[in-house]
Amino acid sequence: MSKMNTQSLIDAVNNATSALTLLKSVQALAEQQDPAAISTLIAVLGYNNPGAAVAAVDGLISLGQVVVPQLLEQVDGYNYGARAWAVRVFAGIGDPRALDLLITSALEDFSPSVRRAAAKGLGNILWSQLPPQDIAKAQQKVLDSLFLTLNDGEWIVRYAGVVGLESLGKSNPTLIESITTKLTEIKQQEPEITIKSRIDLALVNFV
Amino acid sequence: MEENSLTVEKAIANLQQTEDLGQRYYAAWWLGRFRVKDLAAITALLEALEDCEDRAPDGGYPLRRNAARALGKLGNTQAVEPLIGCLSNPDYYLREAAAQALEMLQDPRAIPPLQELLTGGVAAAQIVPGKPHLTQPYEAIIEALGTLKATNAISTIEPFLEHFIPKVQYAAARALYQLTENPVYGEMLVKALTTNELQLRRSALIDLGASGYLPSAEAIATTFAENSLKLLSLKGLLEYQLSHEPNLSPRSIEIMQLMDGLL
Repeated sequence: MSKMNTQSLIDAVNNATSALTLLKSVQALAEQQDPAAISTLIAVLGYNNPGAAVAAVDGLISLGQVVVPQLLEQVDGYNYGARAWAVRVFAGIGDPRALDLLITSALEDFSPSVRRAAAKGLGNILWSQLPPQDIAKAQQKVLDSLFLTLNDGEWIVRYAGVVGLESLGKSNPTLIESITTKLTEIKQQEPEITIKSRIDLALVNFV
Repeated sequence: MEENSLTVEKAIANLQQTEDLGQRYYAAWWLGRFRVKDLAAITALLEALEDCEDRAPDGGYPLRRNAARALGKLGNTQAVEPLIGCLSNPDYYLREAAAQALEMLQDPRAIPPLQELLTGGVAAAQIVPGKPHLTQPYEAIIEALGTLKATNAISTIEPFLEHFIPKVQYAAARALYQLTENPVYGEMLVKALTTNELQLRRSALIDLGASGYLPSAEAIATTFAENSLKLLSLKGLLEYQLSHEPNLSPRSIEIMQLMDGLL
C-alpha cells in the first residue's frame, strides 16, 4: 500500500504544472520517507525551484545515509544550482563519504550560502562511519579547513565556521584545546560583534 | 576577486577623469564597496556629487547617486552638508541615495531637512504620474528619521502607517518602534511576515532586523523566505541585544541558536 502511495506521489511530482503544486507534491513525497523516492527527490534539486528544492533537501536528509551513493554519483554531472542543494543534503547527513566535497565547498564555492552550509556540515560528520585508523587524519583535515573558513570575507561563513568548530570539538574533546586557542586568537581581529559573541558561546559550551 | 583589480589610486583617478563616464560610475561604487576612507577618496566623491556630465535619459544624475551611496558607507561627516544639499535635487533617486547615506552617517544635522520632505503628509505622498515612484523617497526618509532618533518626528511619521504602499507602512512601523519601543509597532512588522507576497516578507525581515524588536526572533526564523535574509535579520536583533547587554545573555543565546538552525 505504502509503495503504491509513493509511486502516486512520484507521479504527482513529475506531473506538477505549477510551482505551488510542485512544492506541495515534493513535500508530500518527502514526508513519505521512502527510499524509492530518492531519485525523484534528487531530480527536484535541478528544477531551479527554491521552495521545492528546500523540501527535497529536507526529505533527502531525513532519509539519511541511504541517499549518499546515488547523490554522490549524480552530483558531478549537475548544474551548479543542483550541486549547491546537494551540498546542503550532505551537510545535513554528515556521511564521511562526502567529506572532500564538503571541504571543497566550504572553502571554494562562490556562493556564501553554500560555504556556510558546508562549514556547518563539517562539524557534524558521523565519525563512527570511518575505519578507526582513518578518523584522526580526517578530523585534522576538517579542523584545518574550518580554521580557514574563519578568514572568509563573508560574516555568515565565519559564523558557520565557529558553529562547525564547536560541533567538532564536542564530537572529539581532544580537539577542544586547539579550537579554543584558535577561536580566542581570531576573536581579537574579528570586526563583527555577532561572531565574537558566537565565539563566546562556543567557548562556554565547551566548559 | 575581479573588482579588487582596481587600486585605490586608480579608482580615485578614474573618478576624477571626465572621458569615460562608465569608469567614473564604477569607481564611485568601488570606493564605497571597499570602504576606502582616504581623504583623497572623500574629496573626489564630494566633487562627483556636483557632477553635471553624467546624465540619465530622465534627467537624473547617475554618478551623483553612486557618489552619495559611497559617501554613506565611508563614515566621514564632511559629507553631511553636501548630502543634505542633494535632498532638494530634482532627481528622485539622488534624493533617495542621499537620505540612505545620511541615515548611515548618523548625524543629527540631517533631521530637519529630512523631516521637511514629509511636508504635506500622507496626502502628498502620491505616485508621480508616469513614474514608478512616489513624490519623495518616503521609505528612505522615514527609515533615516527612525535611525537618527528623531523623536520630534513621531507625530509626522505616524500617519504613514496608513499609507497605501505596504513598504512605506513598514518603514513607518520600523521607525516608530525605534523611536518609542512600543511593541505595537514591532507586532505590525511581525504580522507583515505572514503576508502572501515574498517581496513584502523580505522587506519586513529587513525592517525587523533594523528595528531591534527582539520578540520577533522566532517569527523571523520560521517565516517563508530565504535563510540568508533571515540570518541577516536575526543578526540585526542580536546586535541590538548586544548593544544593551554586551555579555552572553539568555536572549542573545536564543537568537544565536535560531541562527545556527538556519545555516
